[in-house]
Amino acid sequence: MPIDFLPILILLILSALMSGGMVFLSHLFGRKEPNPSKLSPYECGIPPVGDARLRFSVKFFVVAMLFIIFDFEGVTIYPWAVIFRKLHLFGLVEMGVFLGVLLIGLVYIWRKGALQWD
Amino acid sequence: MPIPLPTVNLIDISPEIILGVFGVLVLLIDLFLRRERKGHLAVLSLIGVVGAFYASLRLWGSSHYAFSQSIVVDNLSLFFNGIFLLGTALVILMSVSYIRREGINLGEYYSLLLFSTLGMLIISSGNDLIILFLGLELVSIPLYILSGFARTNLKSNEAALKYLLLGVFATAFLLYGIALVYGSTGSIKLPMIAKLLSDTAVSSNPLLFIGMGMLIIGFGFKVALVPFHMWTPDVYEGAPTSVTAFMSVGVKAAGFAALLRVLLTALDKLQFSWVSILVVLAILTMTVGNVIALVQTNIKRLLAYSSIAHAGYLLLGLVAGSRLGVSSILFYLVVYALMNLGAFAVVILVGRKGDQNLHLNDYAGLGYRYPLMGAAMSIFLFSLAGIPPTAGFVAKFYIFSAAVKEGFVKLAIIGVLNSALSLFYYLRIMVIMYMREPEKKEVLPILFSPGLVIALLIAVLGVLYLGILPSRVLDLATSAIRTFLSG
Repeated sequence: MPIDFLPILILLILSALMSGGMVFLSHLFGRKEPNPSKLSPYECGIPPVGDARLRFSVKFFVVAMLFIIFDFEGVTIYPWAVIFRKLHLFGLVEMGVFLGVLLIGLVYIWRKGALQWD
Repeated sequence: MPIPLPTVNLIDISPEIILGVFGVLVLLIDLFLRRERKGHLAVLSLIGVVGAFYASLRLWGSSHYAFSQSIVVDNLSLFFNGIFLLGTALVILMSVSYIRREGINLGEYYSLLLFSTLGMLIISSGNDLIILFLGLELVSIPLYILSGFARTNLKSNEAALKYLLLGVFATAFLLYGIALVYGSTGSIKLPMIAKLLSDTAVSSNPLLFIGMGMLIIGFGFKVALVPFHMWTPDVYEGAPTSVTAFMSVGVKAAGFAALLRVLLTALDKLQFSWVSILVVLAILTMTVGNVIALVQTNIKRLLAYSSIAHAGYLLLGLVAGSRLGVSSILFYLVVYALMNLGAFAVVILVGRKGDQNLHLNDYAGLGYRYPLMGAAMSIFLFSLAGIPPTAGFVAKFYIFSAAVKEGFVKLAIIGVLNSALSLFYYLRIMVIMYMREPEKKEVLPILFSPGLVIALLIAVLGVLYLGILPSRVLDLATSAIRTFLSG
């Protein structure tokens, strides 16, 4: 029923008002003394060099993608390990299937040379 | 707190498992095969398809739920499995020489085909909106890749990008529809939704109707119903021809499997509402598809618009919603798979490297130079137009009579008029094949590879057999829905 979602709507409006209000109020009352170093983008305290819109090698994206996949594998193993005793053999087999599929993926990208930088 | 373990009945999803394992096997073996021996992967994929078909046959006659009601194994899902696997087998046969000619002879091709088919099998046995969604995504994602498989062809890239962007957009509609249906009824299980809808407080919720509309949009995109068909001609034209053939048959059948389940099982009580939507969509789909097909000069675009029109005819069976309507949809899909794949097999034969020779004028004089191929193409075109000795006539006859029996006489008349309209562009190809001299004299001979010839033979024999003796498959289709509509 739509009425059940009313608290979510109220929360949505409230949070929009709060965050919008904070930005607006600080814009209204805050002191503005701009100078060149204040307006420049922050890069760990080092003066910025050149444009940020560089062309990256597509290899970075491949590595990032592969990293996400295998990183996620690790993330899913943690909660599984916590309740491993309750899952018995079923849990072991399921995780075996999951890791097996990922292992095949690893073999695939290895043979395809996606792990090679050059 | 003990964790409830789900019941696992692997036998119930044995077709899916077999197909999945073979998909992975193809992917792995491909890594250790030299380029010129990739043809073996086609054989391996065919074995997987046949194995999945055999597993479906073994399950025939069963009617129960599995995996805590998220999977349904009944004759309807198994019949659909048969259609998908038949289509995939024919596409694999057609692909071997085609992808070698186009220089895209990679193992991933077969693997992606198998995974896409696996998604179709999951859709056909989905009893749960989430499973249907998963299946639909598993169908679509490999197809996004496959339609861009000819990497050096600009049109193929365009097709892949258009299909991906519009497909993702449609998927968002589908997901929103699922969320709204779940939000208004409180369940994602199809039979459970039907049960909850008997409460009028639930079934009069406006959110439910918005959700239903969005589900129809999501599935309508996949089967290319008219307001959501914009992607079809471009994607069908740009994608490699064998992939186009696969899309036009497999995805359409999968979309109708999902529509049947959702509309007739879950939202049966809202029939008064969705019938009026589908009537409008059917009229639009048939008319727009046929009228635009009249002016096409590229054979792949022509077949794309013809496939849109066929989706319109299929909708008539869904509008009827009766036993006859659903069983005639099943029969129509079998026939459509055979005749459309047959026509695409001829397109592949006539085509040249880099997707050349796709203009209608390239078919001039082919009927005399290759009499058997010309005869086969004529049979497919007659069948697509719905002329008596072929299967297309029987399929259209049952669809239209189902609509008439349920009182949709005007709709059936529009369908028949459209069918007459479609005769023009189907027969035009034949006129060009038999009555026009080729413009350029020196034409490279057509190479008949064994896979394509076998696929053509199966398609021709199937179309003639179902046209002359349709009763066996019709009986099968009728028995396929016995448990579906009574439950």
